Amino acid sequence: MIPRIYIPGDSGALALGAEKVAKAIEKELADRGIEAKIVRNGSRGAYFLEPMVEVATTDKGRVAYGPVKPSDVKSLFDSGFLTGGHHKRWLGAPDKIPFLARQTRLTFARCGLINPLSLDHYKAHGGLKGLQNAVAMAPAEIVKQVAESGLRGRGGAGFPTGIKWKTVLDTTADKKYIVCNADEGDSATFADRMIMEGDPFVLIEGMAIAGVATGATKGFVYIRSEYPHAVAMMQKAVDVAREAGLLGVNVLGSPNAFDMEIRVGAGAYVCGEETSLLNSLEGKRGVVRAKPPLPAIQGLFGKPTVINNVISLASVPIIMDKGAAFYKDFGMGRSRGTIPIQIAGNVRYGGLFEAAFGMTLGEIVDDIGGGTATGRPVKAVQVGGPLGAYFPRALFDTPFDYEAFAARDGLIGHAGITVFDDTADMLKQARFAMEFCAIESCGKCTPCRIGSTRGVETIDKIARGIEPEKQIELVTDLCNTMKFGSLCALGGFTPYPVMSAINHFRDDFKPAPVAEAAE
Amino acid sequence: MTMQPASTEITSRTAAIIQELKGLEGPLLPILHGIQEEFGHVPQDALPVIAEALNISKAEVHGVVTFYHDYRSHPAGRHVLKLCQAEACQSMGSDAIAAKLKQLLGIGFHETARDGSVTLEPVYCLGLCACAPSAMLDGEVIGRLDDEKLDEIVAEVRS
Ligand SMILES: Cc1cc2nc3c(=O)[nH]c(=O)nc-3n(C[C@H](O)[C@H](O)[C@H](O)COP(=O)(O)O)c2cc1C
Ligand code: SF4
Ligand code: FES
Ligand code: FES
Repeated sequence: MIPRIYIPGDSGALALGAEKVAKAIEKELADRGIEAKIVRNGSRGAYFLEPMVEVATTDKGRVAYGPVKPSDVKSLFDSGFLTGGHHKRWLGAPDKIPFLARQTRLTFARCGLINPLSLDHYKAHGGLKGLQNAVAMAPAEIVKQVAESGLRGRGGAGFPTGIKWKTVLDTTADKKYIVCNADEGDSATFADRMIMEGDPFVLIEGMAIAGVATGATKGFVYIRSEYPHAVAMMQKAVDVAREAGLLGVNVLGSPNAFDMEIRVGAGAYVCGEETSLLNSLEGKRGVVRAKPPLPAIQGLFGKPTVINNVISLASVPIIMDKGAAFYKDFGMGRSRGTIPIQIAGNVRYGGLFEAAFGMTLGEIVDDIGGGTATGRPVKAVQVGGPLGAYFPRALFDTPFDYEAFAARDGLIGHAGITVFDDTADMLKQARFAMEFCAIESCGKCTPCRIGSTRGVETIDKIARGIEPEKQIELVTDLCNTMKFGSLCALGGFTPYPVMSAINHFRDDFKPAPVAEAAE
Repeated sequence: MTMQPASTEITSRTAAIIQELKGLEGPLLPILHGIQEEFGHVPQDALPVIAEALNISKAEVHGVVTFYHDYRSHPAGRHVLKLCQAEACQSMGSDAIAAKLKQLLGIGFHETARDGSVTLEPVYCLGLCACAPSAMLDGEVIGRLDDEKLDEIVAEVRS
């Protein structure tokens, strides 16, 4: 058997030099006259170990090495890494690496394991079973399964996916659409990117199931332009899927028709908001639409439309494969199943950690993340992207659960966590939240469009020590107006990072005596 | 300076792109992407051609083009460097990285170097947040930026 070497083609791994490592390995193979097959897999998500190279051995299974530098390659060969030999980068069996061993991988079961474009690999690892089950079922039965699984939208709002699908199923129309929201604009999030680059078929399968379940025959994946690698991978995967009869007029040989197209965004954060995204797909400015009408009733081109996040859709195949009860068994309270938590920023062990809902923030940041990368104390973590709250250590007992975060004036969002060490200036972070809102506002509502700019100015006054208490009152007032007077969560949730910074880190909003003396 | 194609040429090349993509549902963004790829920016002269082909007003096309950050009204430099300025990168010092890079290149954000070598832009997240701070140079991703990598980038755009 010729040896098989796995070198991730995931953009996170590429950003850390995976391409150079691949080149060095190819060269070394040629120089030594060794024949081997190189597979460009996705990432398993342990970015602190990327580029993580794996070798499939006959006796020890997969053996991982990482983080591998091009300069390691020669010595890897000298150490006999093709048969799992020891080396300073040796990590052993990937599924025994603590960061990976502690996860519950349902949605990401195959990510990093398989060749992303091999349908055979996909099927060998449990792929397509969900869709096979679905095409043999009545649409209402599929919708019922998804509803019973307790799956809630992973894009941020946590709306029950089954209810959304039921509305589309129950609305009669000559055409219906499935739209996948792959705009993933939140800082600290990369789960959508990882699955699109590492296991694109699971998303295609999820969308096909959504189509069969609701009677929709056309799907769009709207991917942000900042993700060229994901765009290329999804495009190739759709072509493979169409070729294999997974998409087309007879999905898996059934009477159901479903096909899909990949579309690319144009650099507007607000286009992640579902109605703005629909406008963008239609070729309009990405301005937010008022609801009602719900997209489920009048969505894309006025037709009933399921719009779901990548992870929501990619979680459906396992539900349809193993059943609603299996999925629902994981989690806590009304947060069922697993959630891919993305641990990012100033953190020692950064990466994607899929786990059942319910772990505390402290466990995630300290145990799994290992604290900061700089080795300094953790000061704050922002959960849920640019519209999420900053949490101090005092709130690290908050369990990862939609309701628990809401009860503490925060949100899970798309489950990204940014860790900051004690050098962080929370006034600066509050200012950035307002600035970001000003840059990205779609311009429809006054509180969002104008308020955010006023917010920046007011916070600047605090920084300069101009009547700080009065300014804080002003910002608080402004945040209230934005919260209740905005049409969408861009203007409506920007108060979360701003007010949490003010409330939990008040010292940072006091005039700095040193800076004043210097002026 | 990059040569600006003559207006008749813009018209004919734009028409070819439209012809290819017009059949899509909601073709405007794909067309604009195609035009930007063709010319490196979206030339004013392309707008009336699109408007006529899609049977919408020129004002509407203009409104769409200006809404999205990606579409340029002028050509960029030979290289485009996007530096992430979002929170996860901030937590790893992206502000200092930006300051240093601006100094090394002698330009600010949204500016192109005088010799036309590079355009510097901020970007809000590249999905590389677990290997921050990050950047994208002509579509290639770069993580864990440090002084050494900045020097490499500067050398590359200048070469
Ligand atoms: C400003 C803004 C940006 C958003 N960005 C995204 C995004 O990038 N991806 C996403 O899935 N949802 C995003 N959402 C949430 C969507 O509006 C919507 O709730 C989601 O696509 C529904 O899918 P789900 O139910 O599967 O989560 C955003 C919302 C707002 C207000
Ligand atoms: S809150 Fe802001 S982004 Fe949202 S609809 Fe209003 S103006 Fe647009
Ligand atoms: S709807 Fe925009 S301010 Fe009221
Ligand atoms: S915040 Fe910089 S890559 Fe995500």
